[in-house]
Order: sequence, then structure tokens, then C-alpha cells
Amino acid sequence: MDEAVESSGKAVFPAAAAPGARPPAAGHLRVALAGNPNSGKTSLFNHLTGSHQHVGNYPGVTVEKKEGTCTRAGVVLDVTDLPGTYSLTAYSTDERVAREFLLHERPDVVVCVLDASNLERNLYLTIQFLELGLPLVLALNMSDVAAARGYVIDTAGLSRLLGDVPVVATVASRGAGVEALADAVIAVGTGAHPIRPIPIVYGDEVDEELAKLTALLERQADRLAPLPARWVALKLLEGDPPVRQHVASRCSGAEAVLAAAEASSRHLRSVFHDEPEIVIADRRYGFASGACREMVRSTAETRHTLSDKIDAVVTQPWLGLPIFLGLMYVVFFATFRLGEYPMHGIQHLSHWLAQVVSGLWPAGSESALRSLLVDGAIGGVGGVVAFLPNILILFLAISVLEDTGYMARAAFIVDRWMHKIGLHGKSFIPMLIGFGCTVPAIMATRILENRRDRLTTMFVLPLMSCGARLPIYTLFVGALFPSAWRAPVMWAMYLVGILVAIVLAKVLRATVFRGEAEPFIMELPPYRAPTLRGALIHMWHRGWLYLRKAGTVILGVSILLWALTSYPRPPADVAGPSADASGPSAAPVQAQAAALEYSVAGRIGKALEPVTRPLGFDWRANTAMLGAVAAKEVFVAQLGIVHSLAATAAGPGAPGLEVALRRSYTPLQGIVIMLFCLLGLPCGATVAVMRSESGSWRWTLLQWGGLTALAYALAFIVYQVGSLAGWGGMR
Amino acid sequence: MIMPSHGKPVSTVPLASLLGGTRAQLVRVDAATGVRARLVAMGFRPGVEVRVVSRSGRGPFVVAMDTSRIVLGRGMARHILVTPLAEDRPQK
Repeated sequence: MDEAVESSGKAVFPAAAAPGARPPAAGHLRVALAGNPNSGKTSLFNHLTGSHQHVGNYPGVTVEKKEGTCTRAGVVLDVTDLPGTYSLTAYSTDERVAREFLLHERPDVVVCVLDASNLERNLYLTIQFLELGLPLVLALNMSDVAAARGYVIDTAGLSRLLGDVPVVATVASRGAGVEALADAVIAVGTGAHPIRPIPIVYGDEVDEELAKLTALLERQADRLAPLPARWVALKLLEGDPPVRQHVASRCSGAEAVLAAAEASSRHLRSVFHDEPEIVIADRRYGFASGACREMVRSTAETRHTLSDKIDAVVTQPWLGLPIFLGLMYVVFFATFRLGEYPMHGIQHLSHWLAQVVSGLWPAGSESALRSLLVDGAIGGVGGVVAFLPNILILFLAISVLEDTGYMARAAFIVDRWMHKIGLHGKSFIPMLIGFGCTVPAIMATRILENRRDRLTTMFVLPLMSCGARLPIYTLFVGALFPSAWRAPVMWAMYLVGILVAIVLAKVLRATVFRGEAEPFIMELPPYRAPTLRGALIHMWHRGWLYLRKAGTVILGVSILLWALTSYPRPPADVAGPSADASGPSAAPVQAQAAALEYSVAGRIGKALEPVTRPLGFDWRANTAMLGAVAAKEVFVAQLGIVHSLAATAAGPGAPGLEVALRRSYTPLQGIVIMLFCLLGLPCGATVAVMRSESGSWRWTLLQWGGLTALAYALAFIVYQVGSLAGWGGMR
Repeated sequence: MIMPSHGKPVSTVPLASLLGGTRAQLVRVDAATGVRARLVAMGFRPGVEVRVVSRSGRGPFVVAMDTSRIVLGRGMARHILVTPLAEDRPQK
């Protein structure tokens, strides 16, 4: 990584200062994509790298790190998509991450993506890249929009003004200009296109102080490496905490340097009656607007763009909410109704796979391996994968809503209501994802900048009825309620989750996460036609998180549960030979139930009976609930086994289980069981992701324990009140 | 174009007090340095022209600036001080 510290002794960026010192074209170039949010950066990234990308985290922080590769003219470009930022201050995690990456990873080329139709503000960030002396290439993105708005940009002139930085016009949504951009990246990265460092002028007073500090710092430039001395001086004037720390820990005589910086800041403050940081920001804007005045010609003034016209309708107080609710209805309808067909397909497939694997052993075999594969692995993972279609449809719908720009409006529309319950307008996006799966939902809370907002949202996310709760509801509602009641009860379960989340969020905000709500500032991106490619890529990223959970956490837990439900085996006189899991005859199945009762899981279920009796649970429900600890979808499969029915692999709607449930439970008990599954016992994968995203076991355990206690309390009240009112106690 | 914090022009009003459709020139932001820096980076710099696109009851504001549309919480809009420009006809 130290290759950039050249023999000159100064820590500078090689492509800017020492062109030609780079290796020849053959090989790899590390490229970073940076730019404002909504500049079309991600879309450009998708076009550059196609499907060759993966998503990870930056070390130590939960900011998404997207990486991908593409090959052009024999050079492999390793592209990193940095988080979208407006600036490079130390105020937000995203900005810090982008800055650290640029400073310490030192990519060979930085592509600064600009929204050409909003050049002035976008240049503000570009100037900060120039301050860092980065080897830049500018992508003037959305140049079609700019042209349509009547802007004519002199790209050659802009390039000259910025020190011969290549400027390429692109339209990322169509992939136009992407190849020219890649060529420019290679030219800069290989040193074929030298870039001339240009000084940014901040006005006499600032420049004078800056020169003094730079001179002080340059004496120990090697200690500051890789930070350019002038940049460090600038940041000291701005009072940037990480840079101050860096200087304090690295420089000899740091006190003198910091004192000089403090004196300079004081001086500037007295001259300008304002913070140096704001003065400097203002000068950057001065440069940016100067550049725009010279290089951009506006041929028409278009004030009422199409976006504004749509917004006039969509964000209007009386129409906004009905439109929002209507769109949400469409999203859920698509998710649950269209998802049914492929879901049944996958269920049949895993059933078929179970039979094929079973068939490898002779009938009636007691092989532990066969049972492990069929009941443990295929049964457990198959149950999770069955919801993949629902979840992919939901994620596709969310991607489309995001890519069109509607999601930001939705956050704005619900912000007022969300604020009333102590959440942020943007909290609504993870909550929507939560109806698919809690795991990607918790990850989506990253869009919230304030930690309290984020933790509160994470806490209540498991209360959104995720895809795995659906089969539980379907089973109990189908078995215990007359058909006229089914839909209302089902909706009631979803509603109860939302209502409890609202109350809980309010309580958390008033107690544990007390504090000022983050000021709401958000840019509304212009409406855009979504591209199928972009939507599919985004859908896949989230869907993959879910699949990975199925492949890792759920697989592990399924095997553990299988062991708990299979061992110890009953002595031969208690039960006959354990039967084929898919066997239709009743006798072996009864033996299986007896074996389960004898197993660790069965014993735990029995031991828990005194605790759960006030909720109306029997030992069977307890044993099945153990499965829900791992993953909610396991509950149905477990319930099937404890009720002497192996036919559950055919789907939650299997009639046999419904008959058994009708025999065992009253509708009241059914409601209480559903309620408990909804509110309590966040699943294993949720626990894992909560731990990694909150960075704390304390919050994770508090969430698990708190929600389970809440579930117990509410289930207790509902069951006891219901029994007293004579709505059907334990059978 | 730096406005000294003591020399408030007479016609300076909070952005929050403007009606939908009004255009105004930004004078300064009264907030903690961090919030100010963030607003500046998003384009809220002194001298820039802003237009109130919509405001709904007690809910947030939508402001047009350059070609971007930015939603501001009401509290935030109270801390942004502006000089209203020659009356456009308010949209409502």
C-alpha cells in the first residue's frame, strides 16, 4: 500500500504528481466511484460492473461496501462504489467512510459522478476531491436531463479549469458514455493522461493562514502521510476532529501546530464573524459557481419540470396518503398473491427432493444420516427457501419504488405520522422490508443517520409480520376459523404487530432512547423511469441476504433442532421402528410422535408446561415454539410432527394437520399462539443480524428478552380475559 | 457573500414563515456548526435562491433549490433565515 509514497519524500498521489510512474496498462486498477446521493452513481456502477459485484461492509462500520470488476482494453478495473455524500466532513458515518477510503486505500483513480443538471452543488464535492489531490475523472452524468433542461456544458473548458481532469458525459440509466469513461479511467490510472494539481483559492485571509499552517506541517510531511499537508492545514482550520487527532498523535510538536491552527481559526473568526468552516465552504461554492458561470450556458429556464408536476399531486396532503396506501396495497397484493404459485412449486420440489434422498436408503431404515438430511437439512432449509418468491417480489417492488424516486416521497408523506410515534420518516422503508424478512430490514436501517432513531427502528422491526409468520397464520386461521372470519383475523394479526410496534417505539423513545429527533433533511430525487436491470440487481442483493441466512444460520439451527427432536431415542418397547418421514400410514407416525415426546425437545416442552399453561399452550405448542426460536417457519413443521402428522411437507394447508389442530385447540388458543409467534422470540437470524448491526450484545439481548416478555404478558392477558369471557379456554 | 451574524437585514424572516410558491434568497442558517455544514453541502449557502414548493399544515417543507428538491423538517425551516424576493403569485 505504500507504493504511492514516492521518492520525492512527499506523500502525494502518484497519478497527480508523478505521471508515468504507474505500471503499464496490463494489470489491475483500483477505481472508486464517488459523488452526491442521487447522482446516478449506483446506476453507473451497475453498468460498469454488471453482475460482477458483491456487497460487504466497511470494516468496523455498517456502511454497505459494493465492489465489482470490469475489464476494458486488457485492464481489470476493481471498482468500489463509495457511499453517496454531499461533502467530506467528519459529521456523518457515510462521509467518514468515503474519506477514509480515499485517504487510506488510495485508489488509482477516483471517478467523481456529477449530476450534470445540478452542477454547482455537485462541483462542491468535486472541489473537495481536488483539495485531496486525488487522481480524478469526472462523469457528467444525466447529461441528457441537463440537455433537456437547456443546459449546454463546455466539457473541455471544465476539464481545463479543473487541471485537465478528464470530463466524460454519461447517461448511466442507458449505459451511454460508460466505455469512454472506462477509457478515461485507464488513461489517468496508467499515467497516460497527466493531471495538473490546481490550487483552490479561498481568499486572501484564509489563504494566508493556510500557507502558514501548511509550511508548519510540510516539515513533517512524512509523518502525515498519506495526507497532503495543505489538506491537513485546511481541515485544522475547519476544526475537523479526526484530523486534529491524527496530527496530535503523529506530529512532533503537535501542541505548537494545533495552537497555531487555533490562533488562525480565531483570527478568521474575528475577521468574518463566522466559523472558518462555513467561510471555507462558502469559498468552495464561490469556485463552483464561478466554474458554472463560465462553462454552463442555460438556453431555457424550465421551472416547472415534470417532477414538480408529479409532486404537486403525490405529496399533496389530501391525495398523498391515499396514493401511498394504494401503492402499498398493490405491493402486498403482488407479494402474497403472485408469490403463492412459485411458493407451491418450491414446496413440491423440496418434498420431491426429500423423497429422492429418502429413497437412497431401504424402506424403514433407521439411518441417522438419512433422518439428518431429510428431516433436518432439507426440511429446515426448504421451509425457508419456500418464501423466497414472496420475498423477491416484495424486494423487487421496493427496488422499483426506490429507483423511481417514490420512496423518498413516501418517507416524506409518512414522516409526520412517524414523528408522532417517535420514529423518522425514513424508518418506514426498513419497516416495509420487514414484511418480507426482518434480516434485510434491520440492515436497511442503515439509511437512518441518528443512532437512536436507528436502534428504535431495529427494536420494533421484528413486530412486522415477516414472510415466515405467514404460514403460521395461514395454518391456524384456516384450521380454527370459519371462512368469513379468516381474512379479518389475518389482517388483524398484521395490524396488531404494527400497533404494538407503534406503542413500543413511543415507549422506547420516551425512556431508553430519549433525545431530540434528528432534523429531517432529505433530498427528493427527480422521478425516473426505473430500469429492469437496476431493479433486478437491487432485488437480488437483498434476496441474497435472505438466502444466505437460509444456507447458514437456518441450516445450522435446523440440524441442532433435528438433534433435539431425535435424541435420546425411546427404548424399543416404547415405540416401534421410526418410520419414513413421508410415509402415509398412521401407525409409524404415532411412533414418531412418541419418539418426539421422549426426545430432549419433547421433554423441554413438557417442562415448560407450568410456565405456558396460563397462555393456553400445551406441551406440543411449547415443543413447536422451540423451533420458532430458531426460525419462525420451523414452527409449522414442528407442530406437524408433534401432532402425529408427517404430511406437513406437502404444505401448511395440509388438511390432516388442520383437523388435528381443531381437535386440540380452540380459536382463542389459536389466537394466543399466533400472537406469541408474532410478538415474541425473534428468530436466530434476527438475533445474529441485530448483534452485528447494533454492535452490541446488550441491545440484542434486551430486544430478545423484551419482546418475549411483552409477548408473554399480552398473550397472558388475552388468554385469561378471553377464558373468563367464555370465548373458549383450554381444550 | 458572507453575512456578518450581527448585521441582520430588516426583511430577514425564517423560511418556515413563507407560503407555498414564494421565492426567497437565503441569508444564513442559525444552527450548530455540524448541521450548518451539512446544509451548506446540500446547497443551502448564503445568496442561493430557494422556492417553497409545498408545505403541508404542520408537516415538513419541500424546497426547490438549483434543480434539487429538498425536504426539511419544520424545526429546520425555522432556523433558515431568508429574504423574500419580489412576490411571485403564491400558488395557493
